[in-house]
Amino acid sequence: MNTLERSGSGSVVQSPRSPSPQAPYLTVSVTDPAKMGNGVQAYISYKVITKTNFPEYQGPEKIVIRRYSDFVWLRDRLFEKYKGIFIPPLPEKSTVEKFRFSAEFIEMRRQALDVFINRIASHHELQQSEDLRKFLLEDEQMMERARSQETGIFKKPADFMQIFKDVQSKVSDVVLGKEKPVEESNPEYEKQKNYIFQLEDHLAEAQKHAYRLVKRHRELGQSLSDFGKAVKLLGNCEGNSLGKAFSELGAKSEMLSIKLQREAHHLLMNFEEPLKDYVRAVQSIKATIAERANAFRLHCELAETIKFKEIDLNKLRLMRSEKLAEAEREYEQLKADVEESKRKFETIVKLMNEEIARFQEQKTVDMGVAFHELAKGQAHQAKSIAEAWRSLLPKLEACS
Amino acid sequence: MMGYENQGYEEAHLYASKEEMASLVLNEDPSPPSNGSKSFTHDPFSSSPQFVEIPTEDTDPLQSPSPNQVLPSHSSINSILEPPSYADAIFQSFDSDYVDSAEVVSQDQSLSALPSFSSDYIKICVSDPQKEQEQSGSLVPGGSYYFTYLITTFTNLPEFSGAEFNVRRRFRDVVTLSDRISESYRGYFIPIRPDKSVVESQVMQQNEFVEQRRIALEKYLGRLAVHPVLKRSEELRVFLTVSGKMPLARTTDVASRMLDGAVRLPKQLFGGESVVGGAAEVSEVVQPAKGGMDLLRIFRELKQSVVNDWGATKPPVIEEDKEFLEKKEKLQDLEQQISNVSQQAESLVKNHHDMGETMGQLGLAFVKLTKFESEEAIYDSQRARAADMKNVATAAVKASRLYRELNAQTVKHLEKLHEYLGVMLAVNNAFSDRTSALLTVQTLISELSSLNSRIEKLEAASSKIFGGDRSRIRKIEELRETVRVTEEAKNCAVREYERIKENNKNELERLDKERHDDFLIMLKGFVVNQAGYAEKMANTWETVAEETSGYAK
Repeated sequence: MNTLERSGSGSVVQSPRSPSPQAPYLTVSVTDPAKMGNGVQAYISYKVITKTNFPEYQGPEKIVIRRYSDFVWLRDRLFEKYKGIFIPPLPEKSTVEKFRFSAEFIEMRRQALDVFINRIASHHELQQSEDLRKFLLEDEQMMERARSQETGIFKKPADFMQIFKDVQSKVSDVVLGKEKPVEESNPEYEKQKNYIFQLEDHLAEAQKHAYRLVKRHRELGQSLSDFGKAVKLLGNCEGNSLGKAFSELGAKSEMLSIKLQREAHHLLMNFEEPLKDYVRAVQSIKATIAERANAFRLHCELAETIKFKEIDLNKLRLMRSEKLAEAEREYEQLKADVEESKRKFETIVKLMNEEIARFQEQKTVDMGVAFHELAKGQAHQAKSIAEAWRSLLPKLEACS
Repeated sequence: MMGYENQGYEEAHLYASKEEMASLVLNEDPSPPSNGSKSFTHDPFSSSPQFVEIPTEDTDPLQSPSPNQVLPSHSSINSILEPPSYADAIFQSFDSDYVDSAEVVSQDQSLSALPSFSSDYIKICVSDPQKEQEQSGSLVPGGSYYFTYLITTFTNLPEFSGAEFNVRRRFRDVVTLSDRISESYRGYFIPIRPDKSVVESQVMQQNEFVEQRRIALEKYLGRLAVHPVLKRSEELRVFLTVSGKMPLARTTDVASRMLDGAVRLPKQLFGGESVVGGAAEVSEVVQPAKGGMDLLRIFRELKQSVVNDWGATKPPVIEEDKEFLEKKEKLQDLEQQISNVSQQAESLVKNHHDMGETMGQLGLAFVKLTKFESEEAIYDSQRARAADMKNVATAAVKASRLYRELNAQTVKHLEKLHEYLGVMLAVNNAFSDRTSALLTVQTLISELSSLNSRIEKLEAASSKIFGGDRSRIRKIEELRETVRVTEEAKNCAVREYERIKENNKNELERLDKERHDDFLIMLKGFVVNQAGYAEKMANTWETVAEETSGYAK
């Protein structure tokens, strides 16, 4: 459960115990889930522990209590402010499982939140965020106030895609009089978009099978347990040395059942969840893609609008209208807006290019770790199984 | 009771060729190794999978000391032949090293039937099903048909005057054989013949059904062939060697014939269990004995008197042999436990199957991902990731195959349990023989005592009449004759009962020993298999763990 090492590729983060003086660090851990409230109102609270030497943080350590919706608030604000950056994904908001609050669900969520906050803390831009500071330092009442102010304004990233599609059809038809939606004609970017969309499908499939694999481990574990019990009973029936052999086999089978349950859990937390996280990350990128499309469309709209405005302006000039001054002021404003929208769009493009490279590297590391865990776990399990069965052989030999 | 053929190898071949993997062409280098990215020098996904047959280990797997060191010969061979290939996923079953190197001569692998002893060898094959038309007596033109099977016997038993025999038999003949054996060998644990399966024969595809039946017949005859007593039976010999319709004359043992009738009588009277091997027709019972004795008439009278005296209520069989009762109970318990384990074993096999399947699907998903990332790669990190994924995919696919092979072997081992459930049925039948023989004895004893008391009464009544009562005296003489005959019958019945008891006892001893040996082999085979395949899986994943150890925290 040591989260200090999960800081990913952030270069500014170092272990707080490191002797090197005053290299800036910011590490966070999400721990100690506790069930609060009752019935429908019940929720889980987490302890968020921040260790840092960032000057803005006024202190080396701070502990606050946060709940899932606080994380959602943070994610939404970052998404709004840092367009172009791939905001780390959050675990899904579950409606049904929440009521059951199984230990496993809580642990999965805690781990995902921990990964989330640390990714932010180790991102060279996001870690500077004011909202992050608020999240990590404010007391609970302030957080609640901040949360309630913002609800309803910011939607889930996935919703942006839908909005984009809706708006796109409206705007392009009415304002621009075109049939096709306004899109960048950038073949490389097209390729990247395709890559992201296809990647999501592939990953989702892999994750599906990974989840099933966890289930299979549990089922096999149960089966080994039942088998062991039945064999033991047969052993009792047989009596003599053969009966003992049966009984021992049954006992081994039951022991292996426990190993399998353990591996199931290990597989879930260390292989399936990282895969799921990968899927979520890709979905987050899709949201950024939507943002970029929005920014592009906006810029195009303004560029079109300003053309009409120019025409109008010239008309007014010729007519020497009193409205000219105002129109000129509007025109200047519009020009500034066009510049601003262009700047915003280009920022997003630039950031995305950096982000995608960083993302690919991050994922290679994350998957490498996950694969290693998978392989280690399976190898360990297989070895235990082999040992357990082999240990029976001398006893079986003795029987004949 | 089961053959340890190298099915694992054949099956693996089948699966591999069906495997999607084989058609996925992944053996092109995704990009020239210029940017220092990993180059793929060898490719497990070669489009033509080579099945390298790895020779049997010289080292006895049982003596394999540490799990890490398992199968050294395999890995060294592999490094020479072909680096990580599927070759090491395909290999001869672990059992071939372990089981007796002696040929599997009879289908039963129990240790007591060692083939190397002379004059004890008999192997029966069932093959070549042929459709034949039902002959005369069919009113319907182009009427019904049936199947015959070629029964081939290889033997050096002296009772057979030859080494090889071929006859054609139909299923009806097998039923006859089974019935005759049940009549003649009461008290023995007689293998249960295959079902008539009337429903299946209508519902299933014909060639499937015929094949199923052929296999069942071969198994059944094989079991007869390994039974130390039944393999030498006249009935079996005739079945295997004499062509034409199955005549199978009755046994000439009059007493047992009669007593068979006697056995059936009480059952018919009291509506008891049906006799093993077929319905007892009244006509059989009524047929006069060769010896011409009037035993049947006596039994007819017996039937009358029994009906008169007891009014068709069932007399209890008084089994006094405590040891027998205990043994019976124990065997019932054993049957229950074997049945449980058999069920759980099936479940275990299914779960292993599912695990293997899902593992394979996961592997496939990663194969697709690898291909995708390789094709679309812009960054080195992607190529590195694709390489990692490929290793994982390879391992997962390999593991999936290992699960499948493991299961194929497990099923064969655990089949033995299922066979013993069949043996338990035979045991129950043998115990029934004993019970009904005892019933016969008790019935006769009881009849004797009632006859004697009738004589007493008549004598007492007759003595009161001066000069004797001629009719009564005559009656008394008749009764005394009946008593004499009944006495003899009783002695016969007692001898039969003792004989059956002896058969039971010997068979129980044989069962205990064979079961001990068979189960031991089964356990060893099961354990060695599980361990062996687990070790292979461990190796597979160890490789990936090492390859990804750079990422370890």
